[in-house]
This record gives sequence, C-alpha cells and structure tokens, in this order.
Amino acid sequence: MIGNMYDVTVIGGGVIGSAIARELSKYQMNICVLEKEEDVCSGTSKANSAIVHAGYDAMPGTLKAKLNVEGNAMMDQLSKDLEFDFKRNTSIVLCFSEEDRPNLVKLYERGVANGVPGVKILNGDEVRELEPNVSKTVVAALLAPTGGIVCPFGLTIALAENACENGVEFKFNTEVKNIAKTDEGFSVETNQGTIRSKYIVNAAGVYADVMHNMVSSKKLHIVPRRGEYCLLDKEAGKHVSATIFQLPGKYGKGILVTPTVHGNLLVGPTAVDQDDKENTATTAEGLAEACEKATLSVDGVPFRQVITSFSGLRAHEDGDEFIIGEAEDAPGFFDAAGIESPGLSSAPAIGVYLAEMIANKAVVSKKAEFKATRKGFVKAASLPVEERAELIKERPDYGTIICRCENISEGEIVDAINRPLGARSMDAIKRRVRQGMGRCQGGFCTPKAMEILSRETGIKMEEICKNRKGSELIKGEE
Amino acid sequence: METREFTCIGCPLGCQLTVTMNADDITVTGNTCPRGEAYAKKEVTNPTRIVTSSVVIKHGPLARVSVKTANDIPKGKIFDVMKEIRETVIEAPVAIGDVVIADVAGTGVPVIITKNAERVS
Amino acid sequence: MIQHDIVIIGGGPAGLAAAVAARKAGVQDILILERDGVLGGILNQCIHNGFGLHTFKEELTGPEYAARFIEMAKEENIPYKLNTMVIDISKDREVAFINKEEGLQVIKAGAVILAMGCRERPRGALNIPGYRPAGIYSAGTAQRLMNMEGYMVGKEVVILGSGDIGLIMARRMTLEGATVKVVAELMPYSGGLKRNIVQCLDDFNIPLKLSHTVVNIHGKERVTGITIAEVGPDRKPVPGTEEYYSCDTLLLSCGLIPENELTRGMGVAMNPVTSGPMVNDKLETGTEGVFACGNVLHVHDLVDYVSEEATLAGKDAAAFVNQTEKVAGRVVTLTGENGVRYTVPQSMDIDNMNPLVTVRFRVGDVYKDRSICVYYDGKLISKMKKKVLAPGEMEQVILKKESFEEYPELKEIVIRTEEEK
Repeated sequence: MIGNMYDVTVIGGGVIGSAIARELSKYQMNICVLEKEEDVCSGTSKANSAIVHAGYDAMPGTLKAKLNVEGNAMMDQLSKDLEFDFKRNTSIVLCFSEEDRPNLVKLYERGVANGVPGVKILNGDEVRELEPNVSKTVVAALLAPTGGIVCPFGLTIALAENACENGVEFKFNTEVKNIAKTDEGFSVETNQGTIRSKYIVNAAGVYADVMHNMVSSKKLHIVPRRGEYCLLDKEAGKHVSATIFQLPGKYGKGILVTPTVHGNLLVGPTAVDQDDKENTATTAEGLAEACEKATLSVDGVPFRQVITSFSGLRAHEDGDEFIIGEAEDAPGFFDAAGIESPGLSSAPAIGVYLAEMIANKAVVSKKAEFKATRKGFVKAASLPVEERAELIKERPDYGTIICRCENISEGEIVDAINRPLGARSMDAIKRRVRQGMGRCQGGFCTPKAMEILSRETGIKMEEICKNRKGSELIKGEE
Repeated sequence: METREFTCIGCPLGCQLTVTMNADDITVTGNTCPRGEAYAKKEVTNPTRIVTSSVVIKHGPLARVSVKTANDIPKGKIFDVMKEIRETVIEAPVAIGDVVIADVAGTGVPVIITKNAERVS
Repeated sequence: MIQHDIVIIGGGPAGLAAAVAARKAGVQDILILERDGVLGGILNQCIHNGFGLHTFKEELTGPEYAARFIEMAKEENIPYKLNTMVIDISKDREVAFINKEEGLQVIKAGAVILAMGCRERPRGALNIPGYRPAGIYSAGTAQRLMNMEGYMVGKEVVILGSGDIGLIMARRMTLEGATVKVVAELMPYSGGLKRNIVQCLDDFNIPLKLSHTVVNIHGKERVTGITIAEVGPDRKPVPGTEEYYSCDTLLLSCGLIPENELTRGMGVAMNPVTSGPMVNDKLETGTEGVFACGNVLHVHDLVDYVSEEATLAGKDAAAFVNQTEKVAGRVVTLTGENGVRYTVPQSMDIDNMNPLVTVRFRVGDVYKDRSICVYYDGKLISKMKKKVLAPGEMEQVILKKESFEEYPELKEIVIRTEEEK
C-alpha cells in the first residue's frame, strides 16, 4: 500500500519528536509523527529526572551547552503558552571535600562560559541555610538559580497536543521497519504500511542509531544507559526545595535528590550501560545504590515513604554530544540523536534549531494561522473553592472523585480520553491527569478508571491495556 | 491403619494434629484442647466447607452479586458446586437469603444470595 | 453554613456502627459522608464468610455483615450522602466535601468521627525490582474486579504476602479456575488466620513458602514470571535460593495502611506505629471533638472489633455533643513495651473515663507461653497468661475505672509481654 505523501515525517513521539513537530507546524508543511507505542512520551521521555538543567554541565561550545541554556530560557514562556507545570526551584551541586573544590570552581567557570545566569559558589553553611537537610559533610556548593523542575509528561503532551491542533498527524502503534531513499525523498516502511516523505526527522531515542544507520553509511552507535529511581510520597516532598546534585568526583557518578513539580521527592538515577534497548527493569542493587548515594547529599531522606521505583533509558551516543542536523550522506534525513541529559531541558531549543534547518532547506514560509497556545488540563483540586464549585455545577463529573490519593475526578479522566491525542491506555491516562500516581498507586481507582476508558472509547474491558498491546489488564471474564 | 496430619484451625496456636485410624477407632494426638480432637475427627470422617462466590446478575447495580451455600457441603464437592454457581444467571432485584439454586450439585443444600441488589434499568 | 451535630467520614462498618450508636445515645442530627456508591465499605467485596461471630453469634459473609448495619442505620433514619468525597476538614471541624449533585460544599460539624478505613501497601512501597508490566495487583483490587465486576485478573498466579486477603484470594482464584502456584511470605510466620491457611491453601494444595520474597518480576508487557528467593534472618534474599515460577499475575497482600490524609491535613498528632491518630480513652484525637474508629485508627483483624470500637466512638461523640461543660481530669499515658508494639488508646483521663476501657494492641512477633502484664507506674497490676501471641491477631486488656482509685498520682500505664518461667 502506498500511503500519503508528507513533507516531513518525524520518527518518535517523545519530547524531542513532539517539540520538533510543534516547531515544524509553524510552517506551511504537511507533517506526521510516527510512534511505535500507543501514546506520546512512552520511551526515554517518560522516565528521567524531570529536571530543567541550568546549563553548567556541558563543555562550552558544544551543542549540549548551547541548546541547554537556550531551552532553559524558553521554558517560562512555553509553560505559560502551553500550560504545563514548570518551576524554577534552583539547582545546587554539592562538593564534599576540599580536594574536590577545584572541580566545583571549574563547573562554575563552565557555567559562566555557557552563559548560565546567576551562578555562584556558596560555602557549606550557606548551603545548609538554604537547605537545612543538606549533609554536614558538604564544604561548598554551586548554586544555579535558573535550574528548574518540569513534568516531563506534561511538557511532552503539551507540545504534542499543540502540534496536533496545528495540523500534525500522529500515528501511534506505528513502528518503522525500514527506510529507503527515493527520488522524491524517502519511503518509510512501517508495520502499518508505507509512508512517503520528503524529509525525515530521526527522534527515535534509543533507536535513533537504528533509524540513522538505515540510510547512512556513517554509522551511529547509541548505548541505552539505564538509570533507576525511587519516588517518594508527597509527604516527603518538602525534604529539599532545590534540586540537589553531587559534584562528580571521588564518589563516582552523582545521584540527585529533588522535589518534583507535583510535590513528590525523587531520588536517582544510577547509570548502567546495556545493549538491550527495551530493558527498563529495576534491580535490587540499583535501587539500593540510588538510596545509599542520596544519603551522602541529604540527611534523613524518609525512604519508608517510597511509593514507586522505576528505571529509564538515556540515549547515550559514543561521542557524548547531541547529534542534530542533516546526515552527511543522506540529504533530507535530519537526526536528533544522542539526546540524553540535558535533552528534556534542551527540547524546546532543539525543536527551533532543527525546524529552522528543515524550513530553510525546504524553502517554506511560516503559516499565519499557527496557534501558539494550548489550554492545559483542568486540575479541579487545585482550583480555588468557588471556582471548583462553579466547575462542578457546569460539569458534574468533576464532582466525582475517582483517584483519592491525587484527588482526580471522573471529569478529568474523561478529558484525558477525549482531548486531542486522547489517552487510549491506563498509562496514558495516568500521564495526563495523574490518576493512580499517588500513594496507593492505583489500588482503588484502577477498576473505575478502566470502566471510564471502556465507556468513553468502546474499548472492551478485556482489551484495555496498561500501555502497549500485550499489556492487557484482565484475562477475560470469570 | 492410616495416619493423617492436620493443622488445627481452632485458635492461633495451630496445633499439628496427627490422626490415626484403625477400623472404627480414631485417635488424635498433638492437640492441646478438646476442640482439636473434634476438628480432626470431623476432617477425617466428614470434612465440609461453606462455599462463597458470586453469580452473574442481569439489570443489577454491578455485573455480579455474591452468594453462598446456605450450609456447609462436603469438601469433595466444592468444584461441582462451583461449576453450577458459575453457570447461574439471575435477574435483579434479589435480596439476602433468596434461593438461586435449590439443591446444588446434589448436596441437598441451597445456594442463597448474600447481598441485596436492586433492579437498575 | 449548614451545621450538623455529628458528621461521620465513611459509611463502612466503622462509620455505620458509630452512627447507630450516636443516634441511640440521643443525637438526632447525624450525617454520614461516603465516597463510594453504596454503604458498607470494603465488606461489599469480601464475599467470603467468617464475619460476625462475636457481634451476631453467627457466621456471615462480608455483604451480609454490612447489610445488618445498613439496615440498623436505615431503621434509625440516619441521613447519608453517597459518591461524596470529603476533601478537607479544618481544626474547627468545618468539613468540605464534593459530589456531582451539590458540587463543593462546606458544612460545620459539632463533632467529627473519622472512619475512612485503610488501603493496601502498593508494590512501590515494597521496592520489588524488575519490570513494571500489567498483571501486578494488590489483592484487594483483584478482589473487587473479580467479585463485583466479574473479571478474571489472571490464570496463573503467584501471591506475595500471606495476610488474610492474600489467602482468601488464593482460594477465590482457584475456585474460579486459576492456578495459584505459590504464596510467598517474607516473615517466618503467616499474618493470616490458621483457618484461612488450612481452608484457602491446604484444601487446594497451594504451597506457602515462609521466609521467602519476590526478587524479580519478569515480562515487559504482561507478567510472564516471578522469581522468589528465601530470605535470611535479616529478611534479605539469600543468593542461590532463587526459584522461578511462570505466571501471568502477581498479587500483593503485604499489609494495610490507615488512610489518614484528611487526619494529617487537620494537623492531628499521629502515631508512627499504627499510622493512625493518637487518641484518648474516648477515641478522641488531639483535636477536640474529632473522634476516630475502625481501620483508620489502627488496622483490625476482625470487623467485629471495628464495630465494637466504632460503637464506643459514636457514644463518646454523642456525649461530647450533648455535654454542657467538661472539667479535665488526670491524664495518664499508655505505652506498649517488650513485644507490645502499640496501644490504642495512648492516653486516658482517669477521672472522666467510662467504667471500663478496652485497650487494644498488637504484638511484634510470634510468642509462645507469655503473659500480658499491666503496670501502673511500674507496679504490676494484672497478668494474663497466653499460650500464643501473634502479630496477626489483635489483643486487648480491659481497664476498670475503680482500679485507679488507689493510684491518685498515677502517670503512666505500661502493657508488656513477659515470658512464663
């Protein structure tokens, strides 16, 4: 079957693919996004530290440095335009010994060189004044006030929904099997048929090397680097207010302790390189390591309040740099590969950078009707009392609480299902409105949310999945 | 002669009971009280259980409504009882005590409703 | 603002018994707020029998036990609101709730009775490594899906935790045609009743592996298998003891946690052992006029004791509403020691107490041939011999008001277990 002809086909509906698709939708182009899972934000984008880095980490002059600082600066306006949760909570990098201090100074200098606003070095007592739970062993720290936290689901879904509203077509459960060069551009063979496209954007995360290597002889190699995390209850969420990093030094790779934008406490990640691009299992050793190292930074982390643990894969490229741009020997094929940390922070800037590159090549102009704003999800529980009461009068289903822990109403779950790119799996609902994200982890509300999904979409209860096909929750009737 | 082992269910102590059967003569050892002896004798001569489950209900508030055997039934008949319960479909409304199977699996024991269910259109 | 004499948060067994008792004690204006669509709480899904032996002297199923109390509440014409979620309670007892019909409302309560029950410990809290596929359920979630909605959550099952819900679900799933491969229990003893071990596991030849835990969950989309391993005295897995079970479902029955979000929101002092509020002999929390009973106060073993405790909370809340003035009496503290993990209540006003006060507690390990000893300021007052004590079973001692007459300076009551020599 020969499918539609697109100007641009974006492979991958993660934060990078979604950011690029949204930027491209500003132009007069016909765009589609191919996503192998049932929803956007299903790979690297869904399991990471959720940090908007200030930008002092990467070496000056690198794309990582440039796009991180630019992406960070874009977040305030973007979060207003697209209504996702973002907070500048400050990043702090801890230094544990005098012998490591020169490395802290180097980090500071790098921050200055990268153009990170407001970086400064504090002594141990100054840090503890800001963050009383920081360990007594800390002698100094780098403070970066532009460091922030974001909901990675919120950001990705906002970008994708807005792209969708601006005409981008998202094709889910669509896995790319092969890409061939043709006279008009590319022919993309998928499990759902063949798609023709003038240009291709490779935002396939840990699979970006596979995609790239289908069309280019200059091979890429992406190593999935697994990181494990523990997420703690909201009761522990105020244990620190800034994101607390460790200076890479004699303690090895650092573990961070941070509040999340929703008020939980997050500890992690470990770093283990592996071959398997699908292995996101946690391990006893990994979780123990994350917790143990976190105690170096912060005293009294209440690990009894862990509500879930998870692991995610970073798409680490051998050269340790973002690979963004047109493949040398495959004109029209644009990579956004090797996007590991600070990828989430850089996403908006990567979107602009790559979209401009493609628009220039394609010689297209911007469209007048681009809609830059998007209405966020209704969060009934966070509204002032009168507004919430008013809302329930208008839509009574906002008055039926389904998820007790997070206070999520039936109306919000219905919204998650019926908005653009609506949720079709339990995880997709969870990522949009946080049903089941609380301390009981869906114990009470899963059956009810399943019924709502079934009712709204006509998907049979037996066919409702946690995420991709094969993850059916029930095994038929008794 | 035959011996069998049981864990007494009379109290948290959970005595390990040994029952020795010799023709008509049944002796129990390992028990600390008379309840243990009575329990073990019943378990070797005529073990019985109450079966609880749920049946499909049409026009009820939920897809299922709960039921039980009105009395205990022979332990060996549990799965026969379950088979009949699984095949049963009833109509709302029903009330606690309503008989849904008069004589389940030839035990002479009825299966009855254990939860009131109104009719919902 | 609309006002009610007593507002009860939760229409499960605790809330219903408290409501009936308060009405019988003469309070007319009572309101029950229930978040579910029916009264009866978790009993609605507990379709097995074994409830009510103490309260009704007969063996009932969960729904039958609930129906008895629902009937009593209806006979007393006690008003209730269903599908109504309380979202906030203030220190001065303003209760904010929402539902479809009325939207968001705030009402003022003369007294509040907390009866929100408890929830199950999720996988995350157990930190089980492995994938996060579909097919991992807390036992109660699976119970609801099976018993009320009629869905089969799996065909081949491994259960972690031998608490009563886990044992009951092992039998339930077996009866419905599933194969339960093994029940693994971290502790060297089961937290469930002996009767359930025999009738839910032994009857169906389901193995119970004590001192075992799940060390890996296999399967990316749906569970494909579980690895369990033996644990040492430190409860850490012993390398080399791993065993793999192929299965499509893992049920977790690893403990219950009182659901005290609203209580904490009020700033009520909590007990870290029970995860419930601290209460006095009237089951009144640190916030005046706010009472607690049932599993929100501490997790019970038998619903009969929930009803008994809630009846007391209902009476005491009624007395609070009806009282003209209160003169505070001598307050003594209650603590558990040497195997007694906690006590409920944690303090008593020995001048204003009822003639008899039941102190409930649990022990921390399985003990044989011990005594439960009560001390008043270090002096042994009573001693009760026990053949066996187990963490799964709640214990109690009853304190008489008259017993305090000889102790005008009493400060502290201690309950401890002591070995029988």
